Order: sequence, then structure tokens, then C-alpha cells
Amino acid sequence: MTTTTPTTPVNTPQGPPARPLGKPFGRSKLTSRGIANAVVLIAALYTMLPALWLVLASTKNADALFGSDILSFGDFSFGRNLSDLFSMDGGLYGEWYVNSLLYAVVGALVGSLISVAAGYAFDKYEFRHKEKLFGLVLTGVMVPPTVLALPLYLVASNIGMVNTFWSVFIPVLFNPFGVYLARLLSSGYVPNEVLEASRVDGAGELQTYVRVSLRMLGPGFVTVFLFQLTAIWNNFFLPMVMLSDQHLYPLSLGLYTWNSAATVSPEYYPLVVIGSLLAVVPLIVAFVMLQRYWKSGLTAGSVK
Amino acid sequence: MSSKGAAPPSAAAADPPRRTGRRQQRVAAAVLLTPFTALLVAVFLVPVGYAVYLSLFSEDHEGLGFGGGRTVFTGLRSYLSVLQDPSFLSGFGTIALYCVIFVPLVVISALALGLLLDSGLIRLRRTVQMLVYLPHAVPGIIAAVIWLYLYTPGLSPVIKLFAQADITIDFLGLHTVLPSIVNIALWSGLGYNMIIFYAALQALPREVIEAATIDGAGGIRTALQVKVPIIRGSVVMVCMFSLIGALQLFTEPMLMNQATPMVNSRFTPNMYIYDAAFRRNNYGLASAASVILLIVTCVLSYAVTRWSGRRERRA
Repeated sequence: MTTTTPTTPVNTPQGPPARPLGKPFGRSKLTSRGIANAVVLIAALYTMLPALWLVLASTKNADALFGSDILSFGDFSFGRNLSDLFSMDGGLYGEWYVNSLLYAVVGALVGSLISVAAGYAFDKYEFRHKEKLFGLVLTGVMVPPTVLALPLYLVASNIGMVNTFWSVFIPVLFNPFGVYLARLLSSGYVPNEVLEASRVDGAGELQTYVRVSLRMLGPGFVTVFLFQLTAIWNNFFLPMVMLSDQHLYPLSLGLYTWNSAATVSPEYYPLVVIGSLLAVVPLIVAFVMLQRYWKSGLTAGSVK
Repeated sequence: MSSKGAAPPSAAAADPPRRTGRRQQRVAAAVLLTPFTALLVAVFLVPVGYAVYLSLFSEDHEGLGFGGGRTVFTGLRSYLSVLQDPSFLSGFGTIALYCVIFVPLVVISALALGLLLDSGLIRLRRTVQMLVYLPHAVPGIIAAVIWLYLYTPGLSPVIKLFAQADITIDFLGLHTVLPSIVNIALWSGLGYNMIIFYAALQALPREVIEAATIDGAGGIRTALQVKVPIIRGSVVMVCMFSLIGALQLFTEPMLMNQATPMVNSRFTPNMYIYDAAFRRNNYGLASAASVILLIVTCVLSYAVTRWSGRRERRA
């Protein structure tokens, strides 16, 4: 595999070396350094503490959640909550988890294959009405998915697709931002000379795409995949509009319905808490593992 | 872009294969683009067109539902009733107020954090970035659940803490519920925007900043008068994307709607659309509201692209 350098700025996880620039804040270096670090510490606490609360609260049963001190571990019922979570309502939570994985992982995989192929075609080939079509892609980037949810529902109900797996799965494949990003990345990662060389060798265009270009586009593919994975995992409005069968729900919608049930029957509270905790895990894992990629995507996106 | 310019000398003699090559390229482009184009038509163009169509017609149920009612052309009547509906307009009012609080808050705090990270004063910079970014990996509905519980009396350790100091605090009251929603959005978006600013700052030419330092500018002055003006492109982008995001506000208030009467079922334009379609079963009204929201969003987005286009040309 060749090593290629993308044209977009990539922040390596190591980050650039520390560069103190001239005089730091104020005269007294020590106090300004202290104040700066304190401000950043407060920000980190602000973002961390609610997440920490979720972790602690998931170890409490319904009574302890409402009653005692959040930091006391006298009543540790994490295991109990966990088994309740997966047995409640006939194991619905497990089904939701599988659904979310299907919608998000398979959807993001198929969706990014489609987007990367289209972005690559926009970058490497000339065809009629190319820029007009790309203008449509850019319009698609501007229109947020929530605005499309109701129109999609109306079409789906007209052709009898409402309340099916496909009514959520197909719309999430559409990722115009992925096409935009893939076009950008393709021009950075895949030099035209490589295509020429492959043509001289007598390879067909599609063969070249699959065997050569797609491999070079690997990191770009991961970036598009991550963006789409997050978007689908967060998807709430579309499933809410499309689905009425609880067995088809993704986690987001399932937890929402349990939360509304909790206002009447409080035994759902600990389940919503621990269910939320488990629902966050896959994305955190993906983000930590693939840090390098989303950062490059983020900067590429903001250059736009 | 294509093979034309970069043709190696040996290929000049091989004209016929070249021509088949070009056809092959057209075929390849078609194959690679077809799935996406199909999606573009099926989940973007057709639904938008259908929504526009539905907003111009309405089901006529005068015949007491004989034969399911017929569809009659009503022109812009749905649009008029949406635009004259005080609850739809108040949704936009809510969004406007939300933006007035949220946009300056998120831009200033993310920018401050980005500048601090860039200043070289901060220890454990990578860890800090990860920690502050973390909430962005938390799905919106779960962020809303976490904070809703932190706002709920009896559940919330925050309220308990205040109570120990004899302060009664109501996060879901008439005047506090909107700031409470803003807080959820701030929590989710702070790290994301911080990284955008930090990345922009890292890309600044170091000579400019060194020059400012040699001229005797202090850290804060360099930050505010040299660095911020250079990355103002990113600042405006974040502002505009926050505005467009605000128009989509749905998940958080929808959840709050279950917990407090202060958030009604038509609190934001998206909630209005949901309410019109699924509680009032008025698809004409819901379609018209969707089309209006679509137009408003597009106008705002167009402003973003125009603006960033101008910035690129200037750069």
C-alpha cells in the first residue's frame, strides 16, 4: 500500500509540539498560566460531570436514584439493572440495540460506499451536466434531514412503506455531505497518474476503482463512514415519524418511549439511565479508535 | 481533470483504444453514480416535490367521508393558514430567542477554549480536547435525557446541592426552560466547535503571530487583535451553522414536553410540523409548514455558502 498525504490538513493525535508564543497572558507568567488552566479545567468538568453522573446513576435502583446520595455505593445494583434492562417488556431493549446497529453500522457502510463511489466519479470523470448534478448534491448538503422527514413519510405512506425497516434504512443511506467530502478526498488521495498507469496496464475503469482507487481512498472512506454512523445513531425524528411497531425502533426512539413511560411508572427510570449509558458506548469506542479520521474530516468540512 | 492533459507519449499512437477508453470512462462514471442518483431522486427530489404538491391541495371531507373524500386544489390557502397561525410564528419566536442566547454563548466559549489551547499554556492538551469533545459522541436524545434528569427535582444532585444551601432552583420554569435547553445544546456542541476553532488557529502562519509578539503585543492582545480577525471565517461559519441547527430544534424540547407544561407541543417549527401531521392529521398544513421551513433553511444556508465563497476568493 502506498503512503499518500491528503491535501486537507490532518491533525495527528499527537498534536503539534507545544509552542509557547512570546509573552503569555499578562505579566506574571505563573498566574496567567494558572488562570488559563483553571478555565479549561472548569470546561472539562462541565462536559465530564453529567457523563459521570450517568455512570454513577446506572448503579442505583429506582429508590436510590430518587433518595440517597449519588456518591454512596451502599446500594450497588448495576448487575440487577442490567438484567432488568434486557428482560423488561420481553427483551425489547436488546431488539432496539440490534436495530440501531443494523440501521447505523450497515447503513453507514452501504451509505459510504455509495457516497464514495459518487464522489470519486465526480472527481475523476467528465460527463454531461456534471456541475449541475453536483449543484444538486450541494443543495442536499444544505437541507437538514429533519426537514425531509415529513415529506418522506408522506411518500412512504403513499406507497405503503410506512412502519417497515426500509422506511428508516433507505433514507439514511442518502448522504450528500459524504459525496462532497469524498470528491474532496479523492482529489487529494488518488493521483490521476495512478489511474493513467492502471489504464496503460490495460485494466478496466471499474477494476481500477475497486482494486486501486478504493484502497487509496481507505482513510477517506473511514471519515465518511464515521460521520454517517454518528448521524444515523443520533437519528430520532425520522424513526419517530415512520415507525409505530416497537420491534423496529432504534435505541433513540425506544429510550424516548421508556422515558415517557417513566413519568407514570418510575421503575423505568433506572432502565432509561442504564440503557442510555449502554447506547453511548459504541460511538465512544468508534470515536476513540478512529480519532485520526474524524479530525481530518472535521477540518476538511470546515474548510468548505 | 481527466486523462486528456496527462497522456503519456506512448498513448498518442494508440488512438482507437483511447476512444474506447473514453467510452469506458463514461460507463464507469454512470455505474458509480447510479446508486447515489437513485437515492437523490427517491429520498430528496420526490419527497420535496410531493410535499409542495400536497401543500397546494387538501382533502375535502364534506361528503361525510363517502369514498374517502376527494382532493381539491386550494392554492396557497394552507400557506396562509400556517403563516397566520400564532403557534407557528411563536415557534420561530422561540427559535429566535434561543439563538440570541445560544449563538454568542457557544461561539465565545468555544473560541476562548480554542485560543487557550492554542496559547501553549495548557497542560494535558490532548486529554482536555478528548474530554471536552466527548459529549459530541453522545446522541442528542441521550444528552437530553441526562440533562432532563439533572433538571428534575428529586432525581437531580444539582438541585439537592442547591437545596443544602437553601436555594430553591427550578430548571423547568417559565423563564428557565429555554436556557435549560440552550445548556443541553452548549454541552453537546462546545467541544466540536472548539476543535474547529483550534484547527483553524493551528493553521495560522506563525510569522504573523511572531511579528505581533515582537511588536510587543501581549498574549491577550495577540489573541483578540491578531488571531481572531484572521480566523473570522471560521467564526462566521460556526455562527451560521448554529443558526441553521437551531431551526431544526426538535429532540430536546420534545423530551422536555413530557416533563413540563412550559414546553407545549408546538414549541418549535419542527414540533409544529409533527403536531400538525400526527395529532391533527392535517397533511396539507404540515406540508406547507415543511416547505416554509425548507425555504427558510435554504435561504440561510445559501447565505453561508455565499459568504464562505467570498471568503475563499479573498484568501
